[in-house]
Amino acid sequence: MKKISLLMVFALIATVLVVGCGGGGDQAAAPAQQADSAPAAAPGPAATGSGTIEGNAKYINGDPDAVIGMDADPVCASLHPGEVHTEKVVIDDDGNLANVFVYVKSGLEGKSFPVPGTAHMLDQMGCQYKPHVSGVQVGQKLVVRNSDPTLHNVHARPKSNKEFNQGQPFQGMELEHTFDKAEVMVPFKCDVHPWMSSYMAVLEHPFFGVSSEQGSFGIENLPAGDYVLEAWHEEFGTQTVEVTIVDGDTAVVSFDFSPGATASAG
Amino acid sequence: MSSDTPFLQGIHRLAVLLAGYVVLLITAGGLVKSLEAGLSVPDWPLSYGMLNPPRWWQIENVRAEHGHRLIAGTVLLLTLALVIWIVRREPRKWVRGVALVAFAAVLAQAALGGITVLFFLPTAISVSHAGLAQLFLGFLVVLAVVTSRRWVSGESARNLAGPVGRIASLATATTVVIYLQILLGAVMRHTGAGLAIPDFPLAFGGLIPPRLDFAIGIHFAHRVGALIAATLVFWLLGRVLRYASLERVVVIPTWLLAVMVLVQGTLGGLVVLTGKAVLPNTLHVGNGALLLALSLVVTLWARRLDWVAHQQGDVAEVEVFGTRRLERAVS
Repeated sequence: MKKISLLMVFALIATVLVVGCGGGGDQAAAPAQQADSAPAAAPGPAATGSGTIEGNAKYINGDPDAVIGMDADPVCASLHPGEVHTEKVVIDDDGNLANVFVYVKSGLEGKSFPVPGTAHMLDQMGCQYKPHVSGVQVGQKLVVRNSDPTLHNVHARPKSNKEFNQGQPFQGMELEHTFDKAEVMVPFKCDVHPWMSSYMAVLEHPFFGVSSEQGSFGIENLPAGDYVLEAWHEEFGTQTVEVTIVDGDTAVVSFDFSPGATASAG
Repeated sequence: MSSDTPFLQGIHRLAVLLAGYVVLLITAGGLVKSLEAGLSVPDWPLSYGMLNPPRWWQIENVRAEHGHRLIAGTVLLLTLALVIWIVRREPRKWVRGVALVAFAAVLAQAALGGITVLFFLPTAISVSHAGLAQLFLGFLVVLAVVTSRRWVSGESARNLAGPVGRIASLATATTVVIYLQILLGAVMRHTGAGLAIPDFPLAFGGLIPPRLDFAIGIHFAHRVGALIAATLVFWLLGRVLRYASLERVVVIPTWLLAVMVLVQGTLGGLVVLTGKAVLPNTLHVGNGALLLALSLVVTLWARRLDWVAHQQGDVAEVEVFGTRRLERAVS
């Protein structure tokens, strides 16, 4: 019986040690350099053209975004006194649709573009990714920051690039990453907070934009030529439209994701 | 007989405790999958680079994953203690062998748990992790049963009313089927096929799905496997009540098995009908492990009783006078 007791004590102590020890460990990521926090604006190419695309995205009669319950982490819940909605379908009263990623899908083959020197910032703020939809260029530095007083894990799940999953247990931590292949889209998720998601396009060129809460987007400095423009939305899929760009002119396009509607260019 | 084998009460109690703790561990693993929290702690063996991440007990998914790791760590230490104890005190070589295999299994299990996190939950690794967990539980159940007082005493099977070998064969088949059923369930869970058939008890409104792809196929196979397992369990209960109704070592676990298999079917239905709600989904996994453990207990005892009967030359007598003895026992 004495040996039994000794073993039980040993097991209990081991359990307490495993459960009780905690606190400061090495941080998973070193602070990064200054980053550009503008989510959607593409850095300007080195005077490759003077054409512009302006447009609008719509979704008429859409259901409002679902409310997120953040009770799974009391800190997240405390950061939002009011309701928090998912950012999947963000529309205003006129049906203007935000978070549509618009980019030149084809027409730039054989051309190369310099990689922006500024980093792109993906922030975790209020237990949501900011921005929800964005884009970077291949080789451009991406900085992911944890601005929340709780822990997050940053889990990128690309198909062509390399998947990664890194923890950020403390507020203010940053990690750096660069994607080396073009890919539309790379989903990001936080496995700690299942409602957190973000989508990031990785492109060879800087000609992309994301629709604002007013549904508007713009792409500048395009060289003259014929292009296929694609609009991507996480719930509604993609639409494409052909557009001709003339130096100094502005082409206007619209994408309507309402049932039965299509894209148009004028 | 094993009359020379000493009854080591401490080892037996620790083995029973550990087997129960492993059922809890498997349930905790089920919770991790039910919450899809497997990658909420992205590193391994540490958690966010430390032993305990900040506020881990307040954050649902981290509590599930890190809690699973803490329970697993405790199981590892308790297994080490049990194995050392058995190796030092247990005279039966084969029992020492089972203990060592159990320890190898828990080490491999820990490695699989780490690998599946570090490689973003590949299906093959995650299913192996789930399958090896049940094998490890099986080794502990074996250790718990064969170190019991009744087992080592070599006590005769006095209350048999028929060929207990038939119980043993059926119990063995039941245990194998339950294990295969658990593996099917693991494949279904880890391939996201849990709702591939969205209704219950029918499948797309009929007895058989109108079309088959991998997800629907694996889901339907799990349902068919459940029917086969339940049939075997109740068949086993009938045989136990007929041939060994006074042998508590088989009657009690078989009754429990029959009750819990009904609970398991109910939980399985609830998983579908609630759209994989966390509670029934988790309990379905934990109860599956319990079913395997109970079935294995019945199998071991049935084989033991059969062996003892053979050793004592009781088999012929039992078979010849079985009916008469049963009548006497009932009256």
